[in-house]
Amino acid sequence: MRAALAILRKDLRIEWRTKESLSSLIVLGVLLLVALAVAYDPTPETAPTLAPAVLWATFVFTGLLGIQRGFLVERENDCLAGLLGAPIDPASIFAGKLAANLVLLSAMQAIVVPLVGLFLHVDLAASFGGLLVVLLLGNLGFAALATLFAAIAVRTRAREVLLPVLLLPLLVPVLIGAVKATEHVIAGGLAGARDALGVLGAFDVIFTVAGWLLFTYVVRD
Amino acid sequence: MRRLEPLLAPAVFVAMVAALWFIFMVVPTERQMGIVQRIFYFHVASAWLAYAGFFTVAGASAVYLWKGSAAADRAALAGAEIGVLFCTFVVVTGPIWARPIWGVWWTWDPRLTMTLILWAIYAGYLMLRAFGGDDEAVARYAAVLGIVGVLDIPVIRVSVRLLHGIHPNVLNQPQGSGLSDPTMRLALLVASVAMLLLGGWLAMVRMRQERLSSELAALRRLAEERA
Repeated sequence: MRAALAILRKDLRIEWRTKESLSSLIVLGVLLLVALAVAYDPTPETAPTLAPAVLWATFVFTGLLGIQRGFLVERENDCLAGLLGAPIDPASIFAGKLAANLVLLSAMQAIVVPLVGLFLHVDLAASFGGLLVVLLLGNLGFAALATLFAAIAVRTRAREVLLPVLLLPLLVPVLIGAVKATEHVIAGGLAGARDALGVLGAFDVIFTVAGWLLFTYVVRD
Repeated sequence: MRRLEPLLAPAVFVAMVAALWFIFMVVPTERQMGIVQRIFYFHVASAWLAYAGFFTVAGASAVYLWKGSAAADRAALAGAEIGVLFCTFVVVTGPIWARPIWGVWWTWDPRLTMTLILWAIYAGYLMLRAFGGDDEAVARYAAVLGIVGVLDIPVIRVSVRLLHGIHPNVLNQPQGSGLSDPTMRLALLVASVAMLLLGGWLAMVRMRQERLSSELAALRRLAEERA
């Protein structure tokens, strides 16, 4: 636990000093949002119905890049070897990296979500609480699986293409669950979103535990 | 295992001929759908073999991570290849049936979506094995993916139910619909047994081939050291 917190602190300090990942994620998120909105060419009436799909498509692609960066940083100067050589449980490396990725995703969303509301005419402030629940549940499952597979992908030859190829099909339940839950939350609160939130919750539990247990096998040499 | 392989080849041949005989000579033509319904026996039997392949990947992967046995790793590879191949057959035969019956080649129905996602997960598995590099680490990464993939199957199954669905549920229909003629059920059984035998035989041949190729690589290394 203390090791995980130390890794989280280290990653956040690197990010605070360089602001590299967060600034590029926010810019990429806004650009994807603009690209999707322009491609759909929505009228003021159809725009709000696109918001959930645009929101999560944007998060999936920016999130993939952001989480991959978290491990590419460790490759420089062979930092990963140093981390693995430290007398700590590999599972706490997973926990620390996962926490850092969650902070990064949330910071990016704090900027992109209001912009989705603005560009696609959705009153997100009215469903703020429900949206927060969906975002937290969606982020955890996404980040757990992405953290595990980013650790795999950076250590393979075809790393840039392998991470999305391996992750996107596995993440389909998060995508469906989060989009459907967001639809319900915007339409009228959490009650209708129960099934979709159940999918997200089950995904979070299964893959946070699986990542925690399997991470050892990924980094062991 | 090794003694079983030569026996399995003629068994596969006999079962396949029996399945074809049942599908084209014995079962009656379905009243509403007509001749195209006969693809169902091939479609469903392939789906079962594909699932058998995917679950083999998960089981063999768990054994590999636990015991580190090379045979388990070869079984996982063979399972994934067979799973992806027969899942491809499912995804190809489905639209051939769907076009005349539904009027479209594809819809985003829960079952269709799920089959396509499973295909993509295990196609990714084969890509990881092919392009990951060929050291022992890649076998471990693949094992992790094999386990995560099978854990994802129930979650995908529940999540796609949030989509709209039209796929027929043939096997759990009330009397008078679905497989109305008793020979139809028998034909499905024969086709499924034939397909599983084929899968088992292919897996054995593939595992033997992988074992021989790693033995050959070891011998080559030895020869280079001596030279």
